[in-house]
Amino acid sequence: MRFISKYRRHRFAAPLLLLGALFLAGLTYSAAQAVTRQATLSQSDKATLIAEGKEIFARGCSSCHGINAEGAGIGPSLVGVGAASVDFQVATGRMPVADMSQQIARKTPVYDDQEVAALAAYVASLAPGPAAVTNEELAWERDGNTAEGGELFRNNCSMCHNLAGQGGALTQGKYAPTVMGVEPRHIYEAMLTGPQAMPVFSETILTPQEKLSVIKWIKHAENEPALGGAALGRVGPVTEGLLAWVLGLGLLIGVAVWLTSKAR
Amino acid sequence: MSARERVVGQVANYVDERTGAAKWLKKTLTKVFPDHWSFMLGEIVLYSFVILLLSGTFLTFWYDPSMKEVEYEGSYQPLSGLKMSAAYASTLHISFDVRGGLLMRQIHHWSALIFMAAMVAHLMRIFFTGAFRKPREFNWIIGVGLLTLGILEGFLGYSLPDDLLSGTGIRIAEAIVQAVPVVGSYLSFLIFGGAFPGEMFIQRIYVVHILLLPGIFLALITVHLMLVWYQKHTQYPGPGRTEKNVVGYPLMPVYMAKAGGFFFIVFGVTAFLGAVASINPIWIYGPYNPGQIGAGSQPDWYMGWLDGLVRMAPPIEAYIFGYTLSLNIMIPGLIIPGIIFTGMALYPFIESWITGDKREHHLLDRPRNAPNRTALGAMSLTFMLVTLINGGNDLLATHFDLSINQIMWFSRIGIIVLPPLAFVITKRICLSLQRADRELVLHGKETGRLVMLPHGEFIEVHEQLSPERAYLLTQHEQLPALQANLTDESGVRNPKSLRAKVRARLSRSHAEQIAKPAASDLKELESGQH
Repeated sequence: MRFISKYRRHRFAAPLLLLGALFLAGLTYSAAQAVTRQATLSQSDKATLIAEGKEIFARGCSSCHGINAEGAGIGPSLVGVGAASVDFQVATGRMPVADMSQQIARKTPVYDDQEVAALAAYVASLAPGPAAVTNEELAWERDGNTAEGGELFRNNCSMCHNLAGQGGALTQGKYAPTVMGVEPRHIYEAMLTGPQAMPVFSETILTPQEKLSVIKWIKHAENEPALGGAALGRVGPVTEGLLAWVLGLGLLIGVAVWLTSKAR
Repeated sequence: MSARERVVGQVANYVDERTGAAKWLKKTLTKVFPDHWSFMLGEIVLYSFVILLLSGTFLTFWYDPSMKEVEYEGSYQPLSGLKMSAAYASTLHISFDVRGGLLMRQIHHWSALIFMAAMVAHLMRIFFTGAFRKPREFNWIIGVGLLTLGILEGFLGYSLPDDLLSGTGIRIAEAIVQAVPVVGSYLSFLIFGGAFPGEMFIQRIYVVHILLLPGIFLALITVHLMLVWYQKHTQYPGPGRTEKNVVGYPLMPVYMAKAGGFFFIVFGVTAFLGAVASINPIWIYGPYNPGQIGAGSQPDWYMGWLDGLVRMAPPIEAYIFGYTLSLNIMIPGLIIPGIIFTGMALYPFIESWITGDKREHHLLDRPRNAPNRTALGAMSLTFMLVTLINGGNDLLATHFDLSINQIMWFSRIGIIVLPPLAFVITKRICLSLQRADRELVLHGKETGRLVMLPHGEFIEVHEQLSPERAYLLTQHEQLPALQANLTDESGVRNPKSLRAKVRARLSRSHAEQIAKPAASDLKELESGQH
């Protein structure tokens, strides 16, 4: 303490303090920069990631997709599907397949994000294809337009996914899943790659900005509070009719029975 | 006499001297109605109609029946700036910018669903108890008319917001209109004032929805109720109840209180639903655009059977003289509904032709005592249920992990196989219940009390039925089947012998009964084994 009280009025004290503060700020900044830079991998890191992915692939995927992802009797070739496909299929739990039924269903993912990234890097290294995106890269909240997104959704998506995005039936037990509760990056990648029965919405059919609008509308529909009361699954008149019969008429018949019952 | 009584008396006298109301009121207010919960189903329909008139009037204050394109500038942000019809924009306005608007919209819609549901429940009560028999055939026909108009009225109301879901419904209605042979396309042009969707449709159905149909409803409901009044209400059988009397309570004060209170309860339940459960959230569906469609588009439940029929129709078409006959729409959309509603309207006459019973009936049948009719009703309901299931096939498929194709085939086969099966099973159940009734009258109720007789025999004590209950189980009459007169007295063949044969066959089926216990049966039992 004596040191401070002795030198704090020194004429170099202020410039030195300023220098120190600047140095500290610069250090914090570059440290933060270094963290982000870690994400953009160096060439050698990428090679290890691919190697890691190749190994996971050999263990978990090659029995269906072939040892070099060239495709086998059960699974298609993955050459050229790109990292976007891998990220969508594996990170939503669709791959690896639990049962080969009409449609590969969403479930709890088997691989964590690190492993998914490795797999994606491996598959992307086989041939160029659509790249995976991260939630942070998609500035849908900033660049999307809800009204436009709703219009695009009704033009392109609702015929399978339902007007409220609740999903719908396709032929022979196939279905368009609900789009509620899906990560923005997976919505984006689904549009980009057209998994299973879904068509591909390339960047020329729906521009990246339009895709962000679609995501924004979906997120809006997902988060919109139930404005008129209980939403009844948002599937339209079927549940409404059921409620009118069971609760509406049910209650009223109950009252009618009560009104006409004999006093005991 | 207190001063107050004197004043009331003077006022009443003043009115009576000028209108003669006292005599009429005295007669009216003491009119007796029988008491049963199932007699209040029609009341639910009536009260729902009143709720619909009131809430509907509220909605007309802000609703704009116009297909003019406007840009939405209301407070629901996710649609702001979108082009839409004024009808849709004004419905959004009611939902978000009118105080209590959304609640009123929801009350109106819930009330419509309950209106139709109660109407169907009322119809079932009338049918299964035989309340449509002479002299009430006309009232039955008016009821069928009200049901038909109710379906139409509901559908038009559902279409008014001009949202994407209801627009899809109109598109299907247009397809059904176009399926009318030869004139279909002209008819469609007439209705829409040009090619679909045109620019006048919403205006037109608005006038029909709020003026024409409610007017017809009011007129028909009035006649319906006047006939109930004039012909008196039917009653369930029981001791002291005959074809010539009505046992129950007077209108004043019992039914004034019950019916008045019930109105508020119906209003309350409807308002409760409107307050807690969302119905037809059109802001999620978006404005109508003929180029767009949503998976899982359904009509309201009372149209679901029609949708289900159209969904299950195989894709068949015929070409005659250069005209396309869309049989895949025409059969399920026009012919089958035509048969259903015509058959329903004519049923009282068909039944009386089969039974040859031309007498008046004011005592209701217990459904088991008319096995053929009850089975026919169960058969019709099964038919409707299969169509209704297929109407929601896409939701059943997604929510129960089924294949929509399998549901469609289930419905296609089920619509033919299940109703006859329901007929046979219901008829057997009715006859078994009759057998149980007979057993009960003859042997009394099993008490489960075992008694050992002095010589060691065990018997179960049967308790005799009360006379009231025994009367109830035996009061019905069992008409014999009609015989076919194939030849006249001199042995000449009846020219209408085929008709007579059919009638006799149907009559035999209709008269199939388990013989109710006669007095002689009982006497035989008493003198005999027990």
